[in-house]
Amino acid sequence: MFSAKTEQAIAKSLLWLCTGLTIMALVFIVGFVLVHGLPGLNLSFLTEQPRRMGKEGGVFPFVVATLHMTGLAILIAAPLGVGTAIYLTEYTRESKLTVVIRSGADCLAGVPSIIFGLFGFVFFVIRLKLGWSMLSGGLTLALMVLPTIIRTSEEAIRAVPRAYRDVAFGLGSTRWQMVTRVILPSALPGILTGVILSIGRSVSETAAVMLTAGSSLKAPLSPLDPGRNLAYHFYILATEGISKSNAYRTAAVLILAILLINFSAYWLMRRFVARRS
Amino acid sequence: MRARGSWRRRDLSKQSPGLTERPALGGSLTAVGRKGLQEWGTEKILFLFALSAITGLALIAFFILHEGLPIIISKGLQGFVLSTDWAPSAGRFGILAMIAGSVAVTGGALAVAVPLGLGSAIALTEFCPRGPARLLKALIELLAGIPSVVYGFIGLVVLVPLIRNVLGGPGLSVLAASVVLGVMILPNIVSISMDAVLAVPQSYREGSIALGATNWQTVHRVVLRAARSGIVAAIILGMGRAVGETMAVLMVAGNSVLVPHSITDPVRTLTSNIALEMGYAAGEHRQALFATGIVLFVFIMILNAVAAWASRRRT
Repeated sequence: MFSAKTEQAIAKSLLWLCTGLTIMALVFIVGFVLVHGLPGLNLSFLTEQPRRMGKEGGVFPFVVATLHMTGLAILIAAPLGVGTAIYLTEYTRESKLTVVIRSGADCLAGVPSIIFGLFGFVFFVIRLKLGWSMLSGGLTLALMVLPTIIRTSEEAIRAVPRAYRDVAFGLGSTRWQMVTRVILPSALPGILTGVILSIGRSVSETAAVMLTAGSSLKAPLSPLDPGRNLAYHFYILATEGISKSNAYRTAAVLILAILLINFSAYWLMRRFVARRS
Repeated sequence: MRARGSWRRRDLSKQSPGLTERPALGGSLTAVGRKGLQEWGTEKILFLFALSAITGLALIAFFILHEGLPIIISKGLQGFVLSTDWAPSAGRFGILAMIAGSVAVTGGALAVAVPLGLGSAIALTEFCPRGPARLLKALIELLAGIPSVVYGFIGLVVLVPLIRNVLGGPGLSVLAASVVLGVMILPNIVSISMDAVLAVPQSYREGSIALGATNWQTVHRVVLRAARSGIVAAIILGMGRAVGETMAVLMVAGNSVLVPHSITDPVRTLTSNIALEMGYAAGEHRQALFATGIVLFVFIMILNAVAAWASRRRT
């Protein structure tokens, strides 16, 4: 029909069209939120109490809730995830068991957040009697980000050259000394990348938090206090028509936070890769 | 945790002058024994840690089944999965309309995301200089973390009015949900399929070019075929994310319990069904929402298995 050259020209322009549309769509989303949300956004928005259900005032309690739950989630998931990765790479051989552990983590990574929410509700909130609280939310989020931490830590640990291990053993260190003094320091940037990505995921999670952490307007100080995180507060602002301008501002805060978090993860990853090669 | 820390401290103090001062073989049996015990203990603790993910998965499966299975058994597959009659107050819990909703919205999302994502991945890997390609990939990956509520919000304030004005209907629709979800899974699809395309050995391309093929012929007859299973895995992962997404869909799909007949009809998906009603559901109604979760869980597990199979075939 066409000569090979014309065909290539057509294909190329279609492909570039796709690329253009993809990038435009993503830039549009960020741009739209920032254009509407940045004006009127200042530090006091983050530090002020909300007034009239969030129609006026700031988002201070929701920032606290977000940090609280994210902190708990990472505090629980990071040792478990890194421990799993150490076990898989340093303490065992490939076997049926490692296959089961890995595919379990992969499956967990694919579970939708609303299912985590359902589980967190019935297990942490009701069965363990933790109620709608930061702890219930944090535990649910921990389970959710666990696969990410396992996967990235395992990759980072595997990337540490074999020679490092041989030298450590050659100097007479035990396996645990080798892990803590040789492997972990040199895999640290890779592990941190996973942790930072998990922070990002915890900050932006809504569905699971909605069912496990409650929706109090007060700042949760104890792990057993209920509270809503920034993302859930934004959802309420946006869908219940409470305040459009505050919704835009909250969205801008969320986007800026996520971009900052992802950018630092990316930067660390780049440094890690650069050091390895 | 605390125990592990203390072992480490003990090691440190004993070894402070340097690693050479270890007891010679048989020198101090107690020291060697203690060390062996520490190693043994560490290994067991790490082993327990390693079981965390699989235990979590098992707990999730158990509790969702435990809460939801009774209602599936009492209503039967007929009355639950194959019925479109969802009337919780009357004790009728048919979720076929929600299954149809999830399928429609996921199909729509793939129709948006696969051509755009795959097209971008090919353009960036095969027809773009390395530097800019890397930069654009990083930009796209940076955007992958934007909260789904933000996607839903943009859909609500930009896309929904647009659809209402141009195509009629309520605006909250299959179409709106598909586009929002499609854009949302774009970064994942672009990033994973770029990796798949990049993994095709350079020699394949050289061979094809040497036979006189153009770049495009090389791409679609050689590179895409070689990268096929990786691309399939990318699409299935995107699909899993689209099926499981809750908040964005909740905001733009309209949530009426209807089997959609056109793309401008409002729909309710399995996920939004749970999110919408969980707040006030009790008794059988709550069980039915957990049962909706079971159906969703089964969907996702099937997709996971297919994705695992596709990526195993690659290696």
